[in-house]
Amino acid sequence: MVAMSKIATGNGHGENSPYFDGWKAYETNPFHPSDRPNGVIQMGLAENQLCLDFVEKWLMKHPEVSLCSPEGVSKFKETALFQDYHGIPEFRQAVAKFMAKVRGDRVKFDPDRIVMSGGATGAHESLVFCLADPGEAFLVPTPYYPGFDRDLKWRTGIELVPILCESSNNFMITREAMEAAYERAQEANLRVKGLLITNPSNPLGTILDRETLKTVVKFINEKNIHLVGDEIYAATVFQEPEFVSISEIIEEDDVVCNRDLIHIVYSLSKDMGFPGFRVGIIYSYNDAVVSCARKMSSFGLVSSQTQHLIASMLSDDDFVENFIAESKEQLFKRHKYFTWSLAQVGIGSLKSNAGLFIWMDLRKLLEEKTFEAEMKLWRVIINEVKLNVSPGSSFHCDEPGWFRVCFANMDDNTMEVALLRIRTFMMKNNEAMVPRPKLCRRSSLKLSLSRSRRMDDFMSPGIMSPHSPLPQSPLVRARN
Amino acid sequence: MEFTRKNNNRQLLSRIATNDGHGENSPYFDGWKAYDSNPFHLTQNPDGVIQMGLAENQLCFDLIKKWVLQNPEASICTAEGVDRFKDIAIFQDYHGLQEFREAVAKFMGRVGGNRVTFDPNRIVMSGGATGANETVMFCLADPGDAFLVPSPYYAGFARDLRWRTGLEIIPVHCKSSNNFRITRQALEEAYEKAQRLNKNVKGVIIANPSNPLGTVLDRDTMRSLVTFINDKKIHLVCDEIYAATVFSSPRFMSIAEIIQDMDCDKDLVHIVYSLSKDMGFPGFRVGIVYSFNDAVVNCARKMSSFGLVSSQTQFLLASMLSDEEFVENFLRQSSKRLAKRHRVFTKGLEQVGISCLKSNAGLFFWMDMRPLLKEQTFEGETELWRVIINEVKLNVSPGLSFNCCEPGWFRVCFANMDDETVEVALDRIRKFVLQGTENAAGAGNKCKRRQKNNLCLSISSSRLYEEGLMSPAHMISPHSPIPQSPLVRART
Repeated sequence: MVAMSKIATGNGHGENSPYFDGWKAYETNPFHPSDRPNGVIQMGLAENQLCLDFVEKWLMKHPEVSLCSPEGVSKFKETALFQDYHGIPEFRQAVAKFMAKVRGDRVKFDPDRIVMSGGATGAHESLVFCLADPGEAFLVPTPYYPGFDRDLKWRTGIELVPILCESSNNFMITREAMEAAYERAQEANLRVKGLLITNPSNPLGTILDRETLKTVVKFINEKNIHLVGDEIYAATVFQEPEFVSISEIIEEDDVVCNRDLIHIVYSLSKDMGFPGFRVGIIYSYNDAVVSCARKMSSFGLVSSQTQHLIASMLSDDDFVENFIAESKEQLFKRHKYFTWSLAQVGIGSLKSNAGLFIWMDLRKLLEEKTFEAEMKLWRVIINEVKLNVSPGSSFHCDEPGWFRVCFANMDDNTMEVALLRIRTFMMKNNEAMVPRPKLCRRSSLKLSLSRSRRMDDFMSPGIMSPHSPLPQSPLVRARN
Repeated sequence: MEFTRKNNNRQLLSRIATNDGHGENSPYFDGWKAYDSNPFHLTQNPDGVIQMGLAENQLCFDLIKKWVLQNPEASICTAEGVDRFKDIAIFQDYHGLQEFREAVAKFMGRVGGNRVTFDPNRIVMSGGATGANETVMFCLADPGDAFLVPSPYYAGFARDLRWRTGLEIIPVHCKSSNNFRITRQALEEAYEKAQRLNKNVKGVIIANPSNPLGTVLDRDTMRSLVTFINDKKIHLVCDEIYAATVFSSPRFMSIAEIIQDMDCDKDLVHIVYSLSKDMGFPGFRVGIVYSFNDAVVNCARKMSSFGLVSSQTQFLLASMLSDEEFVENFLRQSSKRLAKRHRVFTKGLEQVGISCLKSNAGLFFWMDMRPLLKEQTFEGETELWRVIINEVKLNVSPGLSFNCCEPGWFRVCFANMDDETVEVALDRIRKFVLQGTENAAGAGNKCKRRQKNNLCLSISSSRLYEEGLMSPAHMISPHSPIPQSPLVRART
């Protein structure tokens, strides 16, 4: 056995977490409407696929944007050679402008503070390398994105200390929770270097209100620790209340804060739906951090070919405005339909107005209020209902029974299939929960009739898509 | 104020952020600053500093341009390719696009003379070779461990191998007396030195072809290296990013080829590759980690999330590098043009008595300026270097920045400019050397008479020309700016 590093032989990559079992189930049996109609539907991937057609249309009108077209090829050589870690100026300017637009132009971003990274993944790691030494700690509110365990800790050697948030107050981040986490860190002899918030939140899909943001800023300022605001879902806010960025809060008159402590992580993976392009951004108000992160960006620069494309796209003000509006609308519609449909079968979720997912409440389906029960329910959902959803425990949620379910990474048809499976499962469950005589078959038929009638009554043309697979559902066949 | 801020930073920021591990405080970067503030341009700034410190391959873009125009479907933004936009934009699987891995594996095989096949499933992406080297270190060694690196070596290694990983570099000193070959003895010495210092040596990293030497390793040296690391049970990392820049014999041999015929633990062997030098695409950040060790492939692949290649770029290159006809032609033309450019420079320098290490690869040559040093020390080298930057106005890279153990050597890049600029650069060097010769010959001449000397210089150089030592074909191109040079004006 050949010696490798401790980093390589440990579990810090995080892939042994059960979170990935759902992925494996999906990968071995992925859903396809015609080839594999009984496959697992991917609802564990927070992707924004709703506006890619919109982008395609724009591209067809702008051939000069490609380095490979006759209109654009004159830029090929200089772009292919461009490796300056400051990044193409037009790229930085366009990104700064986009970030401002996403925040309703309530705040401006300085292109010279825009630093590239290998996706948000690379941004988080680089920031930690800049701000903390091995063995030091960051506070992170739960539930949080599972990837943080790898991105923040794996190669940097820092620790994460959770700030526990509870369903009783809709998982809000409280001063008490932050203080408690800080104290726990002290007790464990961990030097806290920073606090990371994700706003809008993954997995909650909620945004932080102004008061909470101010409380957080006050807290980190008092403790003289860094605040990293992961705002990669900023443009996915599809409904009131309006998104408030850290960048806005620090400009407020009643907020006193050392700006050297404030840093933002951004990306185009979620807001634009371009995870493949690896456009990660570090935006820091601390000059030394900008400088250091920029040097580190050599380990994960954005391909100049992609910088060129993004610069062109995001400098088109009309496109940007229309895209943001279109994206909001599509997300709003999808979210509304999905949550309404779930409510119909008695499934609730945390009230949310952002993100590409909902935080589904299945606590009442747990056999017992434990994480073992959550895992058991999850395996049923994966193996029987054939949906890859993500269990709350993988997000370090403090309470069992919550699941993150993504809704923006599929077309309408697939959404219908998913909903049908959920409905079917819930109805089976409802029967299981309430003991019935052998007449259950007829009852379920009656049930389906009344249920589908109710749906017809309630569904407006806007929600019932022309591609709805209801006519092919097993329930309908049973009726015949 | 500056002191308080520094202090505050040391408390607020990490050690990594406040140390010099990024390597940018090295004098190596002074030349860059001189260039940045006064960059040469043939017409707009003909007296500016010519960039000869950047190892870029700019010689074959005409071929690339032609190919992309003929293959619009390779871009996801053209009318022909846009139907792939959606799939590619959402593709973030760290295994990488299958077509991309296959095309890169095929390309690497072709560059290795088709003597070995590379397995697409061992191709792992990274943020350029910069990211690849760092990632490999993270996989193989712990903070405080050490890697042996034959010197002279690429200045960026100091950052890539050590900065965030916490590793140490122990140079294996190679000497001009045997053309900087890596000897078993030198390796053993470095290894023993490490033992004495209580450093845990985890591996050796070599660059083949070498940066800055421009030479390829011969079979015996490579076999000796493999035997060495196998004996010591340490890793061997081979940075082969200049593989396709070999323009004359002896041919390039990948480490993959060498270990095919050797009895060695393949789990110890890893390759770093990139398209930055061979294709001239440094902006596209295509770094590759190729390991014969499954666990390393696995680990590096997980780490690649920190620096994946943009799917847009993967898609373009998958298409380009699968076009066998294009690849054949590109590699052939690239070699030819590099050979020619190399010849123009080395012959031109020879004419004025400057020799270079005999080389057959790379985008640079290793120039021997030892005869021009006032004293054979690094201070002497640095002094000469400042003269070259400030007076000759060429940004070349001093051997010290490559950790060379002997002063007087300079790396000079030649593939990052057009033919006209080549002539200007050559001319400047020639003039500088001849001026130096004049000064030495007329011992005791003081600065006051420099003007006259310059004039004499130009006359004597034209005499050299008349005497046929400088042939017009080499020295005076139809685009030569000599007619406009200040010296000529002075003469008239």
